[in-house]
Amino acid sequence: MVALVRIPTVLRPATGGATVVSVEGSTIGEVLDALTATYPAIRGQLLNEDGTLHRFLNVYVNDDDVRYLGGVAAPVAADDEITLLPAVAGGAVS
Amino acid sequence: MTRYASVLELIGNTPIVDVSHLSPSPTVTILAKLEGRNPAGSVKDRVAISLVEAAERDGRLVPGAPGQVLIEPSSGNTGIALAMVCRLRGYHLKVVLPTNVSPERRQLLQAWGAEIIESPGAEGSNGAVRLAQRLAGEHPEWIFLYQYANPANPLAHYTTTGPEILADVPEITHFVAGLGTSGTLMGVGRYLKEHKPGVQVWAVEPPSGEMVDGLRSLDDGYIPPVFTDNDGAALLDRKVVVRPRESIEWARRLTDVGLFVGISSGAIMAGAVKCANLVPEGESATIVTIACDDGWKYLSTGAWSDDIEDVVERARRIIYF
Repeated sequence: MVALVRIPTVLRPATGGATVVSVEGSTIGEVLDALTATYPAIRGQLLNEDGTLHRFLNVYVNDDDVRYLGGVAAPVAADDEITLLPAVAGGAVS
Repeated sequence: MTRYASVLELIGNTPIVDVSHLSPSPTVTILAKLEGRNPAGSVKDRVAISLVEAAERDGRLVPGAPGQVLIEPSSGNTGIALAMVCRLRGYHLKVVLPTNVSPERRQLLQAWGAEIIESPGAEGSNGAVRLAQRLAGEHPEWIFLYQYANPANPLAHYTTTGPEILADVPEITHFVAGLGTSGTLMGVGRYLKEHKPGVQVWAVEPPSGEMVDGLRSLDDGYIPPVFTDNDGAALLDRKVVVRPRESIEWARRLTDVGLFVGISSGAIMAGAVKCANLVPEGESATIVTIACDDGWKYLSTGAWSDDIEDVVERARRIIYF
């Protein structure tokens, strides 16, 4: 499965400025693993040492927060769009 | 009853209107609770009076005593509602406000006599919260109600909004509301789940419309203590994000049912429609949403009259959600 991952401004230094990245994976965990394999600097920003999501990171599959769909086990289908957004006081930021 | 002793008695008991004309399914009813009917114009009136009365009960505020100062970060409705309540109670309110909010918000705060302290626009609401925390620390004599962490915020919804919804719509199956301080979702969500187990609670993450170049890393992120204190992750069944364009489109569509409501209400309606689309075909459901405020404060955005591309672009620079 190839999914598109949208990278927020705050994480772009770790992706060399890339805003949209294409990666393989059939779960959110696999997608994030593939992303961090390509951009190792991003790993510490996305995941805790035990592999769970950083508390201030919201991950959406097609606009649905994966924390309520099984977390890193949430399924990803072909052409799904994955958006990473930081948690802030005023709501989501793109 | 049509005669009231104080404008504060007009807070709450808002009407709920059927907007199912916009539902994607003939078996899914969608109802909107019109919080713009509150006297200072938004759902935050309930929170403002609850925060102030809680502080009065515990003696931190004394009605009528001279020289009492409150400080609160707010990009809009809470500040406006607090300004109205403080004007009536004789308290001086300082609102920490990002520089890039819409002009209507600034003027409404001034109308009720609040003092405005500006925080950097690029830091958005996070920056306003940080500055208010710092100033409150430097001035222990000021009262910092801190809506993001104050239990009186969700309590307002647990004791008023939640019971009103269940009394008016006993057949409710889903509740959909915006996630800001999370007060509405935590208070109403907890009340509904306690009194009608099985009700699903959906959060809509509204687009902030902020430029947040001020966010240096994810560690600068923020989750309201109201959310964690109420175990929000366990209380919510689902959370969806809605983009600025979708929010504006749905705010426009709501005029088809006669509603002139704010852009965050458009975002919440978009979330309710996503929710309705997941109800299995032929199954009936009743979704209750919150229309947080009316459209007046958003007219300067051109949301209903200008080219939608221009409005979306403006939404990137100005906070008006």
